[in-house]
Amino acid sequence: MILLWMIVILMAGGILAWLSGRVNDLLPRWISLLAILANLAIAAWLWLSEPATAATKQGAWLVQLNMEWVPQWGIGFDLALDGLSLLMLLLTFLLGALAVLVSWNEIYTKVGFFHFNLLWVLAGITGVFLTMDLFLFYFFWEVMLIPMYFLIGIWGHENRIYAAFKFFIFTQASGLLMLLSILSLYFIHANNTGIYTFNYFELLGTSFSPAVGMWLMFGFLAAFLVKLPVVPFHSWLPDAHSQAPTAGSVILAGLLLKTGAYGLLRFVLPLFPDAAQEFAPWAMLLGVIGILYGALLAYSQTDLKRLVAYTSVSHMGFVILGVFAFNELALQGVVMQMITHGLSTGALFILAGFLYDRIHTRNIEKMGGFWATAPKMGVIALIFVMASLGLPGLGNFIAEFLTLIGSWQAHNWLTVFATIGIVLATAYSLRILKKVYYGHNITDHIIHDLTGREMLIMVPMVVALLWLGLYPQPVVDTAKPSIDEQLQAYTNVPEDRTISMEQPQSINQPTDSLSQLKTKGGAYGLK
Amino acid sequence: MVLNDFLHLMPLLILVMASLIIMLVIAVKRYHKIIYIITLLSLAAAFASLFEIGYIEPYAIAPLFIVDGFGLFYIGLILLSSLVVAMLSYAYFEQREERKEEYYILHILATLGACVMVISTHFASLFLGLEVLSVSLYGLVAYLRTRERSDEAGIKYLILAAMSSAFLLFGMALVYAMTGAMNFAQIGVALSAFQETSLILMIGFGMMIIGIGFKLGVVPFHMWTPDVYEGAPAPVTAFIATVSKGGMVALMTRFFMETDGFSYPTLVLIFTIIAIASMLAGNILALMQNNVKRILAYSSIAHLGYILVAFLAGNTMGVEAVTFYLVAYFITTLGAFGVVTLLSDEERDAEQLEDYRGLLWRRPWTAAIFTAMLLSLAGIPLTAGFVGKFFVLAAGVRTELWLLVVMLALNSVIGLYYYIKIIAVMFYQTNVVRERQALHPSAYLVSGITIALLAILLVYVGVYPTGMMQVIENLTLSINAPAL
Repeated sequence: MILLWMIVILMAGGILAWLSGRVNDLLPRWISLLAILANLAIAAWLWLSEPATAATKQGAWLVQLNMEWVPQWGIGFDLALDGLSLLMLLLTFLLGALAVLVSWNEIYTKVGFFHFNLLWVLAGITGVFLTMDLFLFYFFWEVMLIPMYFLIGIWGHENRIYAAFKFFIFTQASGLLMLLSILSLYFIHANNTGIYTFNYFELLGTSFSPAVGMWLMFGFLAAFLVKLPVVPFHSWLPDAHSQAPTAGSVILAGLLLKTGAYGLLRFVLPLFPDAAQEFAPWAMLLGVIGILYGALLAYSQTDLKRLVAYTSVSHMGFVILGVFAFNELALQGVVMQMITHGLSTGALFILAGFLYDRIHTRNIEKMGGFWATAPKMGVIALIFVMASLGLPGLGNFIAEFLTLIGSWQAHNWLTVFATIGIVLATAYSLRILKKVYYGHNITDHIIHDLTGREMLIMVPMVVALLWLGLYPQPVVDTAKPSIDEQLQAYTNVPEDRTISMEQPQSINQPTDSLSQLKTKGGAYGLK
Repeated sequence: MVLNDFLHLMPLLILVMASLIIMLVIAVKRYHKIIYIITLLSLAAAFASLFEIGYIEPYAIAPLFIVDGFGLFYIGLILLSSLVVAMLSYAYFEQREERKEEYYILHILATLGACVMVISTHFASLFLGLEVLSVSLYGLVAYLRTRERSDEAGIKYLILAAMSSAFLLFGMALVYAMTGAMNFAQIGVALSAFQETSLILMIGFGMMIIGIGFKLGVVPFHMWTPDVYEGAPAPVTAFIATVSKGGMVALMTRFFMETDGFSYPTLVLIFTIIAIASMLAGNILALMQNNVKRILAYSSIAHLGYILVAFLAGNTMGVEAVTFYLVAYFITTLGAFGVVTLLSDEERDAEQLEDYRGLLWRRPWTAAIFTAMLLSLAGIPLTAGFVGKFFVLAAGVRTELWLLVVMLALNSVIGLYYYIKIIAVMFYQTNVVRERQALHPSAYLVSGITIALLAILLVYVGVYPTGMMQVIENLTLSINAPAL
């Protein structure tokens, strides 16, 4: 029930915030903040109270909730929480709370409606991370979109309508392809077993011919790769990110992109093991192209938010590279990358927002020398820029390091090229620092240093990132059971993939994850 | 006819009586409010009388009608939609100069015609119902004579509808000539006896499709739709979009299921082409429009295309999907036109995109409801339109109509563009407020409540569709569709 409460708190808080917006501007802000903090407290409590690595009898699943919704079609209101979801939820609520704080002095028009949309995006994201019913998953997947569309379209920058349109149509189109795949899977399962259900655990064992599996997987991939985004489908991202208000950018970069990565981990890997392995080299290639292309474009941007947006493209390349390496190390790296990228990129967007507040431009050609008057901001920017280029000691290093070690085992050459991406990351990251904080101030503005509220936003992110960089073990422990679970179908696969494709028995694994005892260390068989 | 027959036709008889009573009342004194109340009461009474009729056993009134669950459900749907349209009409017509009272007679007669159509099992009753509906609509479309586009719309509708009726009649004659039967079931029996389908029979069916296609407003018989939608008064447009089209869909479903029309590849091919063309043409043409009523007209063409996808599935699930989609579409369309009606003023309807600029800040509730309706048309979750679209897709995927299903998905995306365009206009900031002479606020109370109820229903069906699905599942059993 506690899982449902998290969604209900956000949705009810959103409605309350909208209504209270009529009274005054301050009330919606406090209501949203309290709602999100309440959820953060619930999630933290769940994390602390669960013995993360202890194998409970439910396998990787910590909490579950099953309710009927549309029984005629076998649609259930099924929520479940495992380590992966839990980590994602913690990130969601942390960034959500920061998004409210960031908007405190930025949003002055239609405050109530703004916070309504903010909380409903978060509710949709929470739903996506929790749901174990494919219909419900699609439902929440779409619920995220509308409020996000409003956030960009109403409170965005000068070209907001165009950006909002593009965002909406890209994600909606790809989502519909996923819906077709979900429906096909549903009917294939029904034809095989006679049971009509959208339940994730039931559908896991569905068997189909390789060609059908490939098509179905492409349907899912369409949605996730657009959301992630992977390079040919990324063009909505720079527009949406740069036009959105700061809170919107933080949520887009920090959370919405992660739903794509989460979808890959949760659905594509376990549902289509054969097709995924066949597609893996191409997916990893796309990842590497994304890493290099994103980095190159980031280097050539003059719009600060656009620059950060392209770094997201580059960093998300590591995610798809790691996911399709199919081993535990890489997946740990991916989970880590999802969290640390959420923090570091979110922080960079927030910093861009702070600068925009002060000098009303995002053009880095017009910036420079801000360190002199705003040393605190400079130091904090330095930390996040270092995180973005992967400096050891900060979380992003752990993430990229793990991903690269993992993907090396899967594909040597692509990993080499991916590593070049880190060099490029150094170039564009240092360029931010050089252009904005070093040199001479060429504007008429005197840049004020960070205020107390702004420090309150930045310091927790710095602490979190340092903690993840210095002691990532709790996160790794929490994520491990669910990563093992996602990799179940791959654990017995020999390293040579050409053989594995001729051995269909790999899909005849007992697939009901709830009854399956974890094969501890199975993934290490790959090494 | 025996007493039982009258009992089963009670809803229709109530409507007939109501139209007569209104005529007499007008003869005594023109009094808008009283006529309005009589209309509402009689529609509500007709709806209430449905619950007296059992749906378990189909009751045949040979040879013209059959009162079964399917028919009763559609009569109920039509009556409720008609009631909603009537409720919206008061404020709309009250602020206009013309004589308002006859509108309600025509309205009730048109409803009667649609009700006759959905329970007919015979060419004669089909045609009778269709003509009662059409002839009333001629009057309704051109009801506000003084307005600019009213005549154009009325004459266009008159000529094209009369022509399509002629095609339908000729088609029915050809089918009768070949099969020697006018009852749907008997036609089905006669058809199954043929070894190969003759050319004349196919021409007969083809001509009937022209007649049906015109009423549905599907491509290539859609030319009248945007002009009539634009020219007709907003409540009448809502009526055409829902009751008139819905009645025809029900009739078509019954006819094809009874005669087993899906076993003829030619017919399936024709409908497939019509469905795809409607989806594409409707959505693409809507992209260019700046007139909300025309956008909704083109979108209705596309939506009929979506319904045809489920119709082509041709099985139990298809019939359920068609019905569910229609329910969702009715709620949404009525809501959308309800908002248009509510915002219209004395001189013209609120049809220009400009009229909606900044609506979200001027009238937040109205704008929120309109947004919900548009999102439902686009098939976004939390709305009835989403469940409907899901149902249609599911029916299509199940029967493996891949081409149609992919086209539907593609078109949903195109459609999204112009729905969002309207939404985007609503949240533009604006300083210009169009001044309008408003009636006393209480006149809008009924319209406002109606629209709010529709919005609640929209979300309810969207979030918890189980109840509605149960009803549909039980009531559409009487259509003997193949299980798969």
